[in-house]
Amino acid sequence: MTPVSAPAAFDPGAAAARATAAILHDTLHGTERGVVVDSPPGAGKSTLVVRASRELAAAGRRLMVVAQTNAQVDDLVLRLAAKDPELRVGRLHSSEGDSYDPALRELPSVTLSAKPGDLAELPITISTAAKWAYVKDVEPWQHAIVDEAYQMRSDALLAVAGLFERALFVGDPGQLDPFSVVGAEQWAGLSYDPSASAVSTLLAHNPQLPQHRLPVSWRLPATAAPLVSRAFYPYTQFRSGTGPGERKLSYGVASDGSGPDRVLDEAAEAGWGLLELPARHTPRTDPEAVGAVARVVRRALDRGAVTCDEQSSGPVALTADRIAVGTAHRDQAAAVRAALASLGVGGVTVDTANRLQGREYDLTVVLHPLSGRPDATAFHLETGRLCVLASRHRHACVVVARAGIAELLDDHPSTEPVQLGVTVKFPDGWEANHSVLAHLAEHRVSWRP
Amino acid sequence: MPPRPLDARALAALAANPGCGRRALLDGAGVDKNALATALGSPAAFGQSQFAIVRGNSFEAKVKGDGGAELLRLVHAHLDAAAEPPGSGALVPDLTAAGPEGRAARTALALREATSAKDWTLLDHPMLALEVAGTPAYLEPDAVVVHPDGRWTVVEIKSFPMIDAAADAAKVGAAARQAAVYVLALERIAGKVAGAEVGHSVLLVCPKDFSNLPTAAAVDIRRERSVTRRQLDRLTRVEELAAALPEGLSFDPERPAEELAEAVSAVDAAYAPECLAACELAFHCRERARAADEVTALGRSVRGELGALTTVEEALAAAAGAGCAEDPTAAALHRAARLRAEALELAAALPRPHVPESPACPC
Amino acid sequence: MPLLSTLARLEAVRAGRAQPLATVRHRHLSDNPLVLVPLTTAGEAGAPLGALVGTDRNEPRVFVIPQPRDRDLRWAFLADLAVHVLAHIEAYADDVEPAERSETDPETGKRVKVETELCVDAPQLIVPSRAGIEYVRLLGRSMRFRRTAEEDPDNPYPAPSRVPLLGRWFTHLGERARVPGSSMLVSATDLLSRHWATGQSNLEDQHLGALLAWIDPPAGRSGAEAALRAELGRDEHGQLLCPPAGPATDPAFDNRLLAPAIARYDAARAALAAGPGDDDREVRTAERAVRRLVVDQMSSTWRATWEAIDLLRALPPGERAEERWTRDRWSYTGHRDRVRAGEPPQPRRDDAVTAAQKLATRETEQVRLDAQEALDDPLVMAGRRLAGEAFAGEVTGVVMEWTESKRPSPRPLVTVSTQDRPQLADGGAAKVYRSLDGRPQSAQFVRFEEDGQVVLRLLDKMGRGRDPEPGSVPEEGDRVCWTLFEHDARGGPKLPDPERTPWTHGGPPGSGAAVHLPDAVTDEDIL
Repeated sequence: MTPVSAPAAFDPGAAAARATAAILHDTLHGTERGVVVDSPPGAGKSTLVVRASRELAAAGRRLMVVAQTNAQVDDLVLRLAAKDPELRVGRLHSSEGDSYDPALRELPSVTLSAKPGDLAELPITISTAAKWAYVKDVEPWQHAIVDEAYQMRSDALLAVAGLFERALFVGDPGQLDPFSVVGAEQWAGLSYDPSASAVSTLLAHNPQLPQHRLPVSWRLPATAAPLVSRAFYPYTQFRSGTGPGERKLSYGVASDGSGPDRVLDEAAEAGWGLLELPARHTPRTDPEAVGAVARVVRRALDRGAVTCDEQSSGPVALTADRIAVGTAHRDQAAAVRAALASLGVGGVTVDTANRLQGREYDLTVVLHPLSGRPDATAFHLETGRLCVLASRHRHACVVVARAGIAELLDDHPSTEPVQLGVTVKFPDGWEANHSVLAHLAEHRVSWRP
Repeated sequence: MPPRPLDARALAALAANPGCGRRALLDGAGVDKNALATALGSPAAFGQSQFAIVRGNSFEAKVKGDGGAELLRLVHAHLDAAAEPPGSGALVPDLTAAGPEGRAARTALALREATSAKDWTLLDHPMLALEVAGTPAYLEPDAVVVHPDGRWTVVEIKSFPMIDAAADAAKVGAAARQAAVYVLALERIAGKVAGAEVGHSVLLVCPKDFSNLPTAAAVDIRRERSVTRRQLDRLTRVEELAAALPEGLSFDPERPAEELAEAVSAVDAAYAPECLAACELAFHCRERARAADEVTALGRSVRGELGALTTVEEALAAAAGAGCAEDPTAAALHRAARLRAEALELAAALPRPHVPESPACPC
Repeated sequence: MPLLSTLARLEAVRAGRAQPLATVRHRHLSDNPLVLVPLTTAGEAGAPLGALVGTDRNEPRVFVIPQPRDRDLRWAFLADLAVHVLAHIEAYADDVEPAERSETDPETGKRVKVETELCVDAPQLIVPSRAGIEYVRLLGRSMRFRRTAEEDPDNPYPAPSRVPLLGRWFTHLGERARVPGSSMLVSATDLLSRHWATGQSNLEDQHLGALLAWIDPPAGRSGAEAALRAELGRDEHGQLLCPPAGPATDPAFDNRLLAPAIARYDAARAALAAGPGDDDREVRTAERAVRRLVVDQMSSTWRATWEAIDLLRALPPGERAEERWTRDRWSYTGHRDRVRAGEPPQPRRDDAVTAAQKLATRETEQVRLDAQEALDDPLVMAGRRLAGEAFAGEVTGVVMEWTESKRPSPRPLVTVSTQDRPQLADGGAAKVYRSLDGRPQSAQFVRFEEDGQVVLRLLDKMGRGRDPEPGSVPEEGDRVCWTLFEHDARGGPKLPDPERTPWTHGGPPGSGAAVHLPDAVTDEDIL
């Protein structure tokens, strides 16, 4: 919980390397059965998982990797194969057959099978937690890497933990918590509450495990890291890998003075922009707000946005595939897609916070979860939702919202039940929303069509 | 009628609906809402059974008996196990004084003395003063314990049970919000006492299982504290609220009901069904909300879903097809109405099984 | 709340009475349900004040404790209750049918079928409100760890012999009630609000009297008026016209009527104890007075609960509700076997594996319930269609195609014209399902036509031959309803045995957890 200080002396590359070295040391040579790594947005979690996998394999430890979705599993397999085409990897998939990316078939080092027995001899086997749970009566793996461990439920870990002797748990504590569609209150406060996150159960039973964190976000720009860190990771702060001015967003075409253009200018300058529409209670798919979101995206493309950063030698045109729109609800995403289509824009990712987890773009446009709502609900206040939406961008984030959200938050009744024995999670969604909003207010542009 | 001073219950009720101007004004002005609700013809359904009161009092007396030995033991065990355990002769200062101001001053003095004494001290029913929106509020926690290291811990004694280390989460939540108000009041005093610090975990003491033996749990109230502090800070001063009202407005329950109803309606309410459990005036506000055809009377979630359609009439008109072109909610309601009608028609056309006539109820 | 339910509430406001949320009954209703109306004492945990119990609406068994804080009287009450309720519960235990169950063979590790028996029916307990279910759970917890004189001869306060057993059954029923779609222990308010939407909020629907007033308002009154009277109406003595459905009582009743009556009972007992005579007439009179008051509080709830049952019985049963009831029968049979095998009472808190297992079961059952209710009820299906999770329409074209293999199987393309907006995406190849004689037939989404029609490819249930069996392929002009969700729920993977709980979850539960110490009984049980 020590805040990072002395910015002049801070060398992000060195800090990240030190953290990685310590993690690998504990993983390969430590005495504890588990190691936990907290990774804030864009801190190189995937890189770490690939590196740890290779080193464990090189040390001759039979390794299983547990990820949460098929897409995550496939992504990892592709990354491993790209990094080390010789390394033999097993991709355990469900018997339905079509659950994996067909691109994996092209990789000579990858063996695909629905039967764990076929993969038993390979140095690395990768699958989803759901598929691993069906693996029974096999020789346990010497080591496991559990990816996205904060999004994994405790009961899912219970089902697979018998398969490995030791494990490295990696994840982002700030993203959306796992949930259950049925009530689980009766187990609240128990260390092994099945609906809690896998990491909270693990640490409740094994408080002595070494806990590390990756200290540098390579994704978030210098304008975003301080706010995201303060609002969502108050006790484990992190820094941006790039300094002020190292990333630049600019446009080939000057502003026409409209709201969308002015907010794009503000976002290019400050990394954040709030496009504020007049206060009004609206339907969830507020046509004006949805239209404004689409307009901002369209203008960013029309004005020939160009990015400069440490990864490329010269300016790069901002293309539609480097832009994402984030919403709270699926119907909002559908409405934005329709609005974009009607403006002739294609190729832009439009999705909910849940589906944007783990993804990265240059410019994001976010429809604020509380925009136009008469009431804030626990769903809309959830810390992880806002955190995901506010931490997907490498250059700038534009938030579109109706005025009046601060008042809405202030009028939010705070009558949450309190379960004995449950560790209070910080930050609280209500407070995190307030701090993000206060920051956005400094970059406010009011809507003028 | 003398104004009723703000108490912890009124402050905690604030949390249930901080956006309600009516409640803010009436509480701030010290109006007896219970009497007002009765005079308006919609009396509150609140009340406490004397069985519960007797049980609560006897449990509190048991917890605090023997010079507070058991209570101090629980504080030590749950919140400060590393400290020297409290001895048999812990300090229990006398806090009696004349009037709430006098008692508050006496409490502040006792806290200062206890902190410098560096010994376990139990303050039984201390009196704390807290200025809320320019009006003094007097609060009386069940107990405050001063630790040897100068930490102050709020103790809440409740008579709902902790069964197998779990308790009713709604009740624990209410206790936590109430304790947060005490913590804020204590912090104002602690700021002026060297070496004093107010603990952000409070001790909740309840009967264990089905017995009346006390058991306890530490409750982290940081979240409740920060929410309550923000709410208290932004409470509009009563004078400002009152300044916006017509001259000569009176909430005297002796006045005729129509006049009172008019006076009450001069201040906007933010009624929601949750108010029924928290505010004395809720049945009156509900009646008004229903009379005004507000969809909020059906629940906050209903209002959230209907967006710009705020009355039942508007929403039903939308279901019938009005305004579908411009409002997506209206269009969705119209589709819902079509699907609903189609399904009901389909079900009505199905052959019904024979249903035996149930015997008439003799009662 | 789903928009379709919101619409029903809005319509209820305008109509002045509740509107249907279902066209069939989605919960099993026993021919012979046991209704239990309990009342509790304010401020005490698990100190009952009285109960009405029975299967005959005209003849409830009446149990009242004249002094709820007296331990002996409480034991006597619970013993009476146990005899009566257990008689009902156990009446189903011996009427069995042969059945099969899958088990894991301990030697081969394979799933094998085992011959076993299944009770042909199971008891159903109906309480007035959700708080009543919570109270059954609480009573179960308060009783199951008590020790009888046979079990523990040295216990100074032994429990009557049937009480711990009732505790175990109440605990079982309370846990079962948490499984979505189960019907062994249900509340009248939950049953009613599943099937009707009122013109008030969810919160207000928790009041049984108000809920019934909306569903079946007395002639000449609107639901809103009748509900208001049920909620707030008081007589000239300040007593509620419609006493609360409990188990909590109205404070005004406690303070004005019950407390003085109990005080008179206490005084009479004290006088009798002080002697000189042994004439207990005063005590009996005082006891009768308390009894009259308590019965009076319970009887309107008793009537209301039966009225709720009548309303539900008038609905035609949902086809698949019976299948879910079979699961309740399995649950009943399983607990019967555990009791018979002499297993100890359920532990205070679940171990890690049991908790995870229960959560998994409930999630599976929730999925099953959602699917089955939609398949049984066009009104529920309408909600899924509105949400884009199903679509209905007319078949406008069928093109026969076959698989490319030596023995080609039919894979016809079916075009459906619909006004619904299913959440299908081009290129998604999502599967959809329809009910064909009660069994799911699956199809693959192929594409949207330009006019919005949906093209599907049928995948199964067409028989083994080259030509599909008659009736297995829809024809032009047929009305069809396809769902994006599966019609049955799949259970999850098997979890490790509790003895093999992994280190991440604290390892196997310690032997300490296996010993179920009785709850402390203190001298202060009488306050």
